[in-house]
Amino acid sequence: MELLAFGKTGWGDELFYATLMTLAVSVTAMLIGFFFALIFTPLKLSKNKFLNLIGNFYTTVIRGVPELLVIYLFFFGGSGTIMFVASMFGYFEYIEINAFITGSFAIGIISGAYSTEVFRGAIQSIDKGQFEASKVLGIKKHIQFYKVILPQMLRLAIPNLSNVWQITLKDTSLISVTGLVEIMRQSYIAAGSTRDPLFFYSFAAVLYLLLTYFSMKLINKLELKYSRGY
Amino acid sequence: MDFELMINSLPKLLNATVITLKLLSLSLFFGLFIGFLFAVLRMNKNPIINKFAYGYSYVFRGTPLLVQIFIIYYGLGQVEYLRSTVLWVILKEPYWCAIIAFALNTGAYTSEILRSAFQTIKPGMIEAGKSLGISSKIIFYKIQIPIAIRQSLPAYGNEIILMLKGTSLASTVTLMDLTGVAKYIISTTFKPIEVFIVAGGIYLFMTFLVHNTIKYLERKFSY
Repeated sequence: MELLAFGKTGWGDELFYATLMTLAVSVTAMLIGFFFALIFTPLKLSKNKFLNLIGNFYTTVIRGVPELLVIYLFFFGGSGTIMFVASMFGYFEYIEINAFITGSFAIGIISGAYSTEVFRGAIQSIDKGQFEASKVLGIKKHIQFYKVILPQMLRLAIPNLSNVWQITLKDTSLISVTGLVEIMRQSYIAAGSTRDPLFFYSFAAVLYLLLTYFSMKLINKLELKYSRGY
Repeated sequence: MDFELMINSLPKLLNATVITLKLLSLSLFFGLFIGFLFAVLRMNKNPIINKFAYGYSYVFRGTPLLVQIFIIYYGLGQVEYLRSTVLWVILKEPYWCAIIAFALNTGAYTSEILRSAFQTIKPGMIEAGKSLGISSKIIFYKIQIPIAIRQSLPAYGNEIILMLKGTSLASTVTLMDLTGVAKYIISTTFKPIEVFIVAGGIYLFMTFLVHNTIKYLERKFSY
Protein backbone atom coordinates (compact mmCIF):
# COMPACT_ATOMS: atom_id res chain seq x y z
CA MET A 1 0.00 0.00 0.00
CA GLU A 2 2.87 2.39 0.72
CA LEU A 3 3.76 2.12 -2.97
CA LEU A 4 0.63 4.16 -3.63
CA ALA A 5 1.39 6.89 -1.09
CA PHE A 6 1.22 10.47 -2.29
CA GLY A 7 4.33 12.60 -2.28
CA LYS A 8 7.91 11.57 -2.82
CA THR A 9 7.72 8.15 -1.22
CA GLY A 10 5.01 6.60 -3.37
CA TRP A 11 3.46 6.59 -6.78
CA GLY A 12 -0.01 7.76 -5.75
CA ASP A 13 0.17 11.32 -7.05
CA GLU A 14 1.99 10.29 -10.24
CA LEU A 15 -0.70 7.73 -11.01
CA PHE A 16 -3.41 10.24 -10.17
CA TYR A 17 -2.05 12.74 -12.69
CA ALA A 18 -1.58 9.94 -15.20
CA THR A 19 -5.26 9.07 -14.81
CA LEU A 20 -6.17 12.69 -15.48
CA MET A 21 -3.94 12.55 -18.57
CA THR A 22 -5.73 9.43 -19.82
CA LEU A 23 -9.05 11.21 -19.33
CA ALA A 24 -7.80 14.35 -21.08
CA VAL A 25 -6.52 12.37 -24.08
CA SER A 26 -9.73 10.34 -24.29
CA VAL A 27 -11.97 13.42 -24.21
CA THR A 28 -9.82 15.28 -26.75
CA ALA A 29 -9.71 12.23 -29.01
CA MET A 30 -13.48 11.78 -28.74
CA LEU A 31 -14.04 15.45 -29.71
CA ILE A 32 -11.61 15.18 -32.63
CA GLY A 33 -13.51 12.03 -33.57
CA PHE A 34 -16.82 13.95 -33.57
CA PHE A 35 -15.22 16.54 -35.81
CA PHE A 36 -14.21 13.83 -38.28
CA ALA A 37 -17.64 12.24 -38.02
CA LEU A 38 -19.18 15.62 -38.82
CA ILE A 39 -17.23 15.65 -42.09
CA PHE A 40 -17.51 12.01 -43.08
CA THR A 41 -21.08 11.16 -42.09
CA PRO A 42 -22.56 13.45 -44.79
CA LEU A 43 -20.07 11.95 -47.27
CA LYS A 44 -21.19 8.43 -46.45
CA LEU A 45 -24.85 9.43 -46.80
CA SER A 46 -24.25 11.42 -49.97
CA LYS A 47 -25.80 10.30 -53.25
CA ASN A 48 -22.66 11.35 -55.09
CA LYS A 49 -20.66 8.18 -55.84
CA PHE A 50 -17.28 9.87 -55.49
CA LEU A 51 -18.01 11.49 -52.11
CA ASN A 52 -19.46 8.19 -50.98
CA LEU A 53 -16.23 6.44 -51.92
CA ILE A 54 -14.16 8.86 -49.83
CA GLY A 55 -16.41 8.32 -46.82
CA ASN A 56 -16.29 4.54 -47.16
CA PHE A 57 -12.54 4.58 -47.69
CA TYR A 58 -12.00 6.40 -44.41
CA THR A 59 -14.16 4.13 -42.27
CA THR A 60 -13.01 0.89 -43.92
CA VAL A 61 -9.30 1.62 -43.76
CA ILE A 62 -9.29 2.94 -40.20
CA ARG A 63 -11.49 0.17 -38.86
CA GLY A 64 -9.55 -2.53 -40.71
CA VAL A 65 -6.03 -1.54 -39.69
CA PRO A 66 -4.64 -2.04 -36.15
CA GLU A 67 -4.72 1.02 -33.92
CA LEU A 68 -1.05 0.59 -33.11
CA LEU A 69 -0.10 0.88 -36.78
CA VAL A 70 -2.08 4.14 -37.10
CA ILE A 71 -0.32 5.46 -34.00
CA TYR A 72 3.10 4.59 -35.43
CA LEU A 73 2.13 6.35 -38.67
CA PHE A 74 1.32 9.53 -36.76
CA PHE A 75 4.18 9.25 -34.32
CA PHE A 76 6.85 8.77 -36.96
CA GLY A 77 5.10 10.62 -39.77
CA GLY A 78 3.64 13.56 -37.84
CA SER A 79 6.70 15.73 -37.40
CA GLY A 80 7.97 14.80 -40.88
CA THR A 81 4.76 16.02 -42.49
CA ILE A 82 4.71 19.23 -40.49
CA MET A 83 8.36 19.91 -41.27
CA PHE A 84 7.62 19.35 -44.95
CA VAL A 85 4.77 21.86 -44.84
CA ALA A 86 6.92 24.31 -42.86
CA SER A 87 9.75 23.98 -45.37
CA MET A 88 7.39 25.25 -48.06
CA PHE A 89 7.07 28.43 -46.02
CA GLY A 90 10.83 28.70 -45.65
CA TYR A 91 11.20 27.21 -42.16
CA PHE A 92 13.88 24.52 -42.01
CA GLU A 93 14.48 23.97 -38.27
CA TYR A 94 13.62 20.64 -36.65
CA ILE A 95 10.07 20.59 -35.34
CA GLU A 96 8.95 18.08 -32.79
CA ILE A 97 5.26 17.87 -32.14
CA ASN A 98 3.91 17.26 -28.72
CA ALA A 99 3.04 13.63 -27.85
CA PHE A 100 -0.34 14.74 -26.50
CA ILE A 101 -1.33 16.30 -29.82
CA THR A 102 -0.10 13.40 -31.99
CA GLY A 103 -1.64 10.87 -29.63
CA SER A 104 -5.04 12.54 -29.41
CA PHE A 105 -5.05 13.05 -33.15
CA ALA A 106 -4.24 9.40 -33.91
CA ILE A 107 -6.82 8.08 -31.46
CA GLY A 108 -9.25 10.79 -32.62
CA ILE A 109 -9.10 9.62 -36.22
CA ILE A 110 -9.78 6.04 -35.10
CA SER A 111 -12.59 7.13 -32.81
CA GLY A 112 -14.00 9.26 -35.64
CA ALA A 113 -14.35 6.25 -37.92
CA TYR A 114 -16.48 4.48 -35.30
CA SER A 115 -18.51 7.62 -34.57
CA THR A 116 -19.16 8.09 -38.29
CA GLU A 117 -20.66 4.62 -38.47
CA VAL A 118 -22.80 5.30 -35.42
CA PHE A 119 -24.15 8.61 -36.76
CA ARG A 120 -24.78 7.12 -40.19
CA GLY A 121 -26.75 4.29 -38.64
CA ALA A 122 -28.71 6.67 -36.42
CA ILE A 123 -29.67 9.02 -39.26
CA GLN A 124 -30.65 6.14 -41.49
CA SER A 125 -32.93 4.67 -38.87
CA ILE A 126 -34.92 7.90 -38.50
CA ASP A 127 -38.29 7.48 -40.15
CA LYS A 128 -38.45 9.00 -43.65
CA GLY A 129 -41.74 10.61 -42.72
CA GLN A 130 -39.90 12.92 -40.34
CA PHE A 131 -37.90 14.41 -43.21
CA GLU A 132 -40.97 14.66 -45.44
CA ALA A 133 -43.20 16.12 -42.74
CA SER A 134 -40.73 18.87 -41.89
CA LYS A 135 -40.35 19.62 -45.60
CA VAL A 136 -44.10 19.86 -46.02
CA LEU A 137 -44.27 22.26 -43.08
CA GLY A 138 -41.79 24.47 -44.93
CA ILE A 139 -39.07 24.20 -42.29
CA LYS A 140 -35.69 25.36 -43.56
CA LYS A 141 -33.03 22.72 -44.15
CA HIS A 142 -30.69 23.66 -41.30
CA ILE A 143 -33.50 24.15 -38.81
CA GLN A 144 -34.87 20.79 -39.88
CA PHE A 145 -31.52 19.26 -39.03
CA TYR A 146 -31.09 20.98 -35.64
CA LYS A 147 -34.66 20.78 -34.39
CA VAL A 148 -36.07 17.64 -35.95
CA ILE A 149 -33.33 15.24 -36.96
CA LEU A 150 -30.58 15.92 -34.42
CA PRO A 151 -32.61 15.35 -31.23
CA GLN A 152 -33.98 12.07 -32.57
CA MET A 153 -30.59 11.06 -33.87
CA LEU A 154 -28.92 11.64 -30.50
CA ARG A 155 -31.39 9.40 -28.75
CA LEU A 156 -30.55 6.57 -31.16
CA ALA A 157 -26.83 7.29 -31.19
CA ILE A 158 -26.05 7.61 -27.48
CA PRO A 159 -26.03 3.88 -26.60
CA ASN A 160 -23.64 3.18 -29.48
CA LEU A 161 -21.56 6.27 -28.77
CA SER A 162 -20.99 4.93 -25.28
CA ASN A 163 -19.36 1.90 -26.93
CA VAL A 164 -17.19 4.25 -28.99
CA TRP A 165 -16.22 6.05 -25.79
CA GLN A 166 -15.17 2.75 -24.20
CA ILE A 167 -13.11 1.82 -27.26
CA THR A 168 -11.49 5.27 -27.29
CA LEU A 169 -10.70 5.15 -23.58
CA LYS A 170 -9.04 1.75 -23.93
CA ASP A 171 -7.20 2.76 -27.11
CA THR A 172 -5.47 5.60 -25.27
CA SER A 173 -3.39 2.96 -23.47
CA LEU A 174 -1.65 2.41 -26.81
CA ILE A 175 -0.19 5.91 -26.99
CA SER A 176 2.03 4.95 -24.09
CA VAL A 177 4.37 3.67 -26.85
CA THR A 178 4.98 7.28 -27.87
CA GLY A 179 6.13 8.19 -24.37
CA LEU A 180 3.13 10.24 -23.25
CA VAL A 181 2.78 9.72 -19.51
CA GLU A 182 -0.72 8.34 -19.10
CA ILE A 183 -1.82 5.40 -16.93
CA MET A 184 0.04 2.73 -18.90
CA ARG A 185 3.27 4.69 -19.27
CA GLN A 186 3.28 5.71 -15.61
CA SER A 187 2.71 2.10 -14.53
CA TYR A 188 5.56 1.04 -16.81
CA ILE A 189 7.87 3.58 -15.17
CA ALA A 190 6.76 2.63 -11.67
CA ALA A 191 7.03 -1.09 -12.42
CA GLY A 192 10.53 -0.57 -13.77
CA SER A 193 11.85 1.33 -10.79
CA THR A 194 10.18 -0.76 -8.06
CA ARG A 195 10.48 -4.13 -9.83
CA ASP A 196 6.87 -4.79 -8.98
CA PRO A 197 5.12 -5.03 -12.38
CA LEU A 198 2.35 -7.33 -11.15
CA PHE A 199 1.12 -4.77 -8.64
CA PHE A 200 1.35 -1.72 -10.89
CA TYR A 201 -0.20 -3.27 -13.99
CA SER A 202 -3.01 -4.74 -11.89
CA PHE A 203 -3.53 -1.31 -10.38
CA ALA A 204 -3.61 0.17 -13.89
CA ALA A 205 -6.32 -2.36 -14.74
CA VAL A 206 -8.30 -1.22 -11.70
CA LEU A 207 -7.95 2.43 -12.76
CA TYR A 208 -9.28 1.61 -16.23
CA LEU A 209 -12.15 -0.35 -14.72
CA LEU A 210 -13.04 2.61 -12.49
CA LEU A 211 -12.93 4.96 -15.48
CA THR A 212 -15.18 2.73 -17.59
CA TYR A 213 -17.53 2.09 -14.66
CA PHE A 214 -18.10 5.73 -13.77
CA SER A 215 -18.29 6.94 -17.35
CA MET A 216 -20.93 4.30 -18.07
CA LYS A 217 -22.97 5.55 -15.11
CA LEU A 218 -22.79 9.08 -16.50
CA ILE A 219 -23.74 7.99 -20.01
CA ASN A 220 -26.71 6.01 -18.69
CA LYS A 221 -28.00 9.25 -17.15
CA LEU A 222 -27.63 11.03 -20.49
CA GLU A 223 -29.44 8.19 -22.17
CA LEU A 224 -32.37 8.60 -19.79
CA LYS A 225 -32.43 12.33 -20.48
CA TYR A 226 -32.64 11.89 -24.23
CA SER A 227 -35.16 9.10 -24.14
CA ARG A 228 -37.71 11.23 -22.26
CA GLY A 229 -41.05 11.04 -23.96
CA TYR A 230 -40.47 7.61 -25.48
CA MET B 1 6.81 7.93 -52.54
CA ASP B 2 9.59 5.37 -52.25
CA PHE B 3 8.23 2.49 -54.32
CA GLU B 4 11.47 0.55 -54.05
CA LEU B 5 11.18 0.43 -50.28
CA MET B 6 7.56 -0.69 -50.58
CA ILE B 7 8.51 -3.60 -52.84
CA ASN B 8 11.56 -4.53 -50.78
CA SER B 9 9.68 -4.54 -47.49
CA LEU B 10 6.82 -6.66 -48.83
CA PRO B 11 8.53 -10.09 -48.38
CA LYS B 12 9.59 -9.20 -44.83
CA LEU B 13 6.09 -8.05 -43.96
CA LEU B 14 4.50 -11.12 -45.53
CA ASN B 15 6.82 -13.32 -43.47
CA ALA B 16 5.69 -11.52 -40.33
CA THR B 17 2.06 -12.01 -41.40
CA VAL B 18 2.54 -15.73 -40.78
CA ILE B 19 3.20 -14.99 -37.09
CA THR B 20 0.17 -12.70 -36.95
CA LEU B 21 -2.00 -15.44 -38.42
CA LYS B 22 -0.60 -18.03 -36.00
CA LEU B 23 -1.32 -15.76 -33.05
CA LEU B 24 -4.81 -15.07 -34.37
CA SER B 25 -5.79 -18.68 -35.05
CA LEU B 26 -4.47 -20.05 -31.76
CA SER B 27 -6.09 -17.32 -29.66
CA LEU B 28 -9.40 -17.70 -31.47
CA PHE B 29 -9.24 -21.46 -30.98
CA PHE B 30 -8.68 -21.24 -27.22
CA GLY B 31 -10.92 -18.18 -26.94
CA LEU B 32 -13.83 -20.07 -28.40
CA PHE B 33 -13.56 -22.73 -25.69
CA ILE B 34 -13.28 -20.12 -22.95
CA GLY B 35 -16.16 -18.15 -24.44
CA PHE B 36 -18.40 -21.19 -24.67
CA LEU B 37 -17.57 -22.24 -21.11
CA PHE B 38 -18.34 -18.80 -19.69
CA ALA B 39 -21.48 -18.38 -21.78
CA VAL B 40 -22.81 -21.60 -20.21
CA LEU B 41 -21.74 -20.40 -16.74
CA ARG B 42 -23.50 -17.08 -17.34
CA MET B 43 -26.77 -18.90 -17.96
CA ASN B 44 -26.38 -20.95 -14.80
CA LYS B 45 -29.04 -20.21 -12.20
CA ASN B 46 -26.62 -20.35 -9.29
CA PRO B 47 -25.97 -16.65 -8.46
CA ILE B 48 -22.34 -17.24 -7.42
CA ILE B 49 -21.35 -19.01 -10.66
CA ASN B 50 -23.35 -16.44 -12.60
CA LYS B 51 -21.66 -13.47 -10.90
CA PHE B 52 -18.23 -15.04 -11.35
CA ALA B 53 -18.76 -15.43 -15.10
CA TYR B 54 -20.13 -11.88 -15.33
CA GLY B 55 -17.15 -10.52 -13.38
CA TYR B 56 -14.75 -12.28 -15.74
CA SER B 57 -16.25 -10.76 -18.85
CA TYR B 58 -16.64 -7.35 -17.18
CA VAL B 59 -12.99 -7.14 -16.18
CA PHE B 60 -11.63 -8.34 -19.50
CA ARG B 61 -13.92 -6.11 -21.52
CA GLY B 62 -13.40 -3.08 -19.31
CA THR B 63 -9.60 -2.97 -19.38
CA PRO B 64 -7.28 -2.43 -22.37
CA LEU B 65 -5.76 -5.51 -23.95
CA LEU B 66 -2.33 -3.94 -23.45
CA VAL B 67 -2.74 -4.05 -19.66
CA GLN B 68 -3.77 -7.69 -19.86
CA ILE B 69 -0.68 -8.65 -21.87
CA PHE B 70 1.61 -6.72 -19.55
CA ILE B 71 0.12 -8.33 -16.44
CA ILE B 72 0.63 -11.79 -17.90
CA TYR B 73 4.05 -11.21 -19.47
CA TYR B 74 5.75 -8.90 -16.96
CA GLY B 75 3.56 -9.43 -13.90
CA LEU B 76 3.29 -13.20 -13.61
CA GLY B 77 7.04 -13.63 -14.05
CA GLN B 78 7.46 -11.86 -10.75
CA VAL B 79 5.64 -14.53 -8.76
CA GLU B 80 8.37 -16.79 -7.35
CA TYR B 81 6.06 -19.74 -6.96
CA LEU B 82 5.11 -19.75 -10.66
CA ARG B 83 8.75 -19.80 -11.67
CA SER B 84 9.22 -23.15 -9.97
CA THR B 85 6.22 -24.87 -11.59
CA VAL B 86 5.84 -26.44 -15.01
CA LEU B 87 3.75 -23.42 -16.06
CA TRP B 88 6.93 -21.39 -16.26
CA VAL B 89 7.92 -23.20 -19.46
CA ILE B 90 4.93 -21.52 -21.09
CA LEU B 91 4.95 -18.22 -19.20
CA LYS B 92 8.54 -17.31 -19.98
CA GLU B 93 7.77 -17.28 -23.70
CA PRO B 94 6.35 -13.96 -24.94
CA TYR B 95 4.63 -15.92 -27.71
CA TRP B 96 2.52 -17.97 -25.29
CA CYS B 97 1.94 -15.03 -22.97
CA ALA B 98 0.48 -13.10 -25.88
CA ILE B 99 -1.72 -16.04 -26.86
CA ILE B 100 -2.96 -16.48 -23.27
CA ALA B 101 -3.83 -12.78 -23.02
CA PHE B 102 -5.55 -12.76 -26.43
CA ALA B 103 -7.46 -15.95 -25.70
CA LEU B 104 -8.71 -14.67 -22.34
CA ASN B 105 -9.69 -11.36 -23.93
CA THR B 106 -11.50 -12.77 -26.95
CA GLY B 107 -13.02 -15.41 -24.65
CA ALA B 108 -14.72 -12.65 -22.65
CA TYR B 109 -16.21 -11.03 -25.76
CA THR B 110 -17.15 -14.41 -27.26
CA SER B 111 -18.96 -15.40 -24.07
CA GLU B 112 -21.12 -12.26 -24.35
CA ILE B 113 -21.83 -12.94 -28.02
CA LEU B 114 -22.81 -16.56 -27.38
CA ARG B 115 -24.86 -15.69 -24.31
CA SER B 116 -26.97 -13.17 -26.17
CA ALA B 117 -27.31 -15.66 -29.04
CA PHE B 118 -28.64 -18.30 -26.64
CA GLN B 119 -31.04 -15.80 -25.12
CA THR B 120 -32.56 -14.86 -28.47
CA ILE B 121 -33.66 -18.44 -29.03
CA LYS B 122 -37.43 -18.41 -28.71
CA PRO B 123 -38.66 -20.39 -25.69
CA GLY B 124 -41.19 -21.99 -28.02
CA MET B 125 -38.39 -23.90 -29.76
CA ILE B 126 -37.27 -25.48 -26.51
CA GLU B 127 -40.86 -26.14 -25.41
CA ALA B 128 -41.61 -27.77 -28.75
CA GLY B 129 -38.61 -30.02 -28.27
CA LYS B 130 -39.72 -30.92 -24.77
CA SER B 131 -43.27 -31.71 -25.82
CA LEU B 132 -41.86 -34.08 -28.43
CA GLY B 133 -40.16 -35.90 -25.56
CA ILE B 134 -36.62 -34.98 -26.57
CA SER B 135 -34.24 -35.02 -23.62
CA SER B 136 -32.94 -31.64 -22.53
CA LYS B 137 -29.38 -32.69 -23.32
CA ILE B 138 -30.25 -33.39 -26.95
CA ILE B 139 -32.31 -30.17 -27.11
CA PHE B 140 -29.19 -28.28 -26.03
CA TYR B 141 -26.85 -29.95 -28.53
CA LYS B 142 -29.17 -30.36 -31.49
CA ILE B 143 -31.45 -27.32 -31.21
CA GLN B 144 -29.96 -24.60 -29.05
CA ILE B 145 -26.33 -24.81 -30.19
CA PRO B 146 -26.99 -24.79 -33.97
CA ILE B 147 -29.37 -21.83 -33.65
CA ALA B 148 -26.96 -19.97 -31.38
CA ILE B 149 -24.08 -20.47 -33.83
CA ARG B 150 -26.14 -19.04 -36.66
CA GLN B 151 -27.30 -16.11 -34.52
CA SER B 152 -23.81 -15.23 -33.34
CA LEU B 153 -22.08 -15.38 -36.74
CA PRO B 154 -22.24 -11.64 -37.61
CA ALA B 155 -21.06 -10.53 -34.17
CA TYR B 156 -18.39 -13.22 -34.08
CA GLY B 157 -17.11 -12.05 -37.46
CA ASN B 158 -16.60 -8.59 -35.95
CA GLU B 159 -14.83 -10.17 -33.01
CA ILE B 160 -12.41 -12.00 -35.35
CA ILE B 161 -11.57 -8.69 -37.02
CA LEU B 162 -11.08 -6.98 -33.65
CA MET B 163 -8.81 -9.83 -32.59
CA LEU B 164 -6.84 -9.62 -35.83
CA LYS B 165 -6.16 -5.98 -34.98
CA GLY B 166 -5.50 -6.95 -31.37
CA THR B 167 -2.66 -9.28 -32.35
CA SER B 168 -0.68 -6.15 -33.27
CA LEU B 169 -0.13 -5.66 -29.52
CA ALA B 170 2.12 -8.72 -29.53
CA SER B 171 4.78 -6.38 -30.87
CA THR B 172 4.87 -4.66 -27.46
CA VAL B 173 6.20 -7.85 -25.85
CA THR B 174 9.11 -8.23 -28.30
CA LEU B 175 7.28 -10.43 -30.83
CA MET B 176 7.97 -9.59 -34.46
CA ASP B 177 4.50 -9.85 -35.92
CA LEU B 178 3.27 -7.77 -38.86
CA THR B 179 3.06 -4.56 -36.81
CA GLY B 180 6.36 -5.28 -35.05
CA VAL B 181 8.22 -5.67 -38.34
CA ALA B 182 6.43 -2.62 -39.79
CA LYS B 183 7.54 -0.55 -36.80
CA TYR B 184 11.10 -1.83 -37.19
CA ILE B 185 11.20 -0.85 -40.86
CA ILE B 186 9.67 2.56 -40.11
CA SER B 187 12.16 3.31 -37.36
CA THR B 188 15.14 2.35 -39.52
CA THR B 189 14.07 4.05 -42.76
CA PHE B 190 11.90 6.91 -41.46
CA LYS B 191 9.40 6.30 -44.25
CA PRO B 192 6.21 5.77 -42.24
CA ILE B 193 3.72 6.38 -45.05
CA GLU B 194 5.15 3.81 -47.46
CA VAL B 195 5.37 1.10 -44.80
CA PHE B 196 1.92 1.97 -43.50
CA ILE B 197 0.43 1.50 -46.97
CA VAL B 198 1.99 -1.96 -47.40
CA ALA B 199 1.37 -3.25 -43.86
CA GLY B 200 -2.08 -1.65 -43.70
CA GLY B 201 -2.87 -3.17 -47.08
CA ILE B 202 -2.03 -6.65 -45.79
CA TYR B 203 -4.24 -6.12 -42.74
CA LEU B 204 -7.08 -4.78 -44.89
CA PHE B 205 -6.80 -7.79 -47.18
CA MET B 206 -7.13 -10.11 -44.18
CA THR B 207 -10.11 -8.19 -42.80
CA PHE B 208 -11.68 -8.36 -46.24
CA LEU B 209 -11.23 -12.14 -46.35
CA VAL B 210 -12.71 -12.62 -42.87
CA HIS B 211 -15.62 -10.34 -43.68
CA ASN B 212 -16.49 -12.20 -46.88
CA THR B 213 -16.08 -15.66 -45.35
CA ILE B 214 -18.49 -14.74 -42.57
CA LYS B 215 -20.95 -13.28 -45.11
CA TYR B 216 -20.75 -16.54 -47.05
CA LEU B 217 -21.33 -18.64 -43.93
CA GLU B 218 -24.25 -16.44 -42.92
CA ARG B 219 -25.93 -17.05 -46.26
CA LYS B 220 -25.15 -20.75 -46.12
CA PHE B 221 -26.63 -21.24 -42.66
CA SER B 222 -29.58 -18.89 -43.04
CA TYR B 223 -32.98 -20.41 -42.55
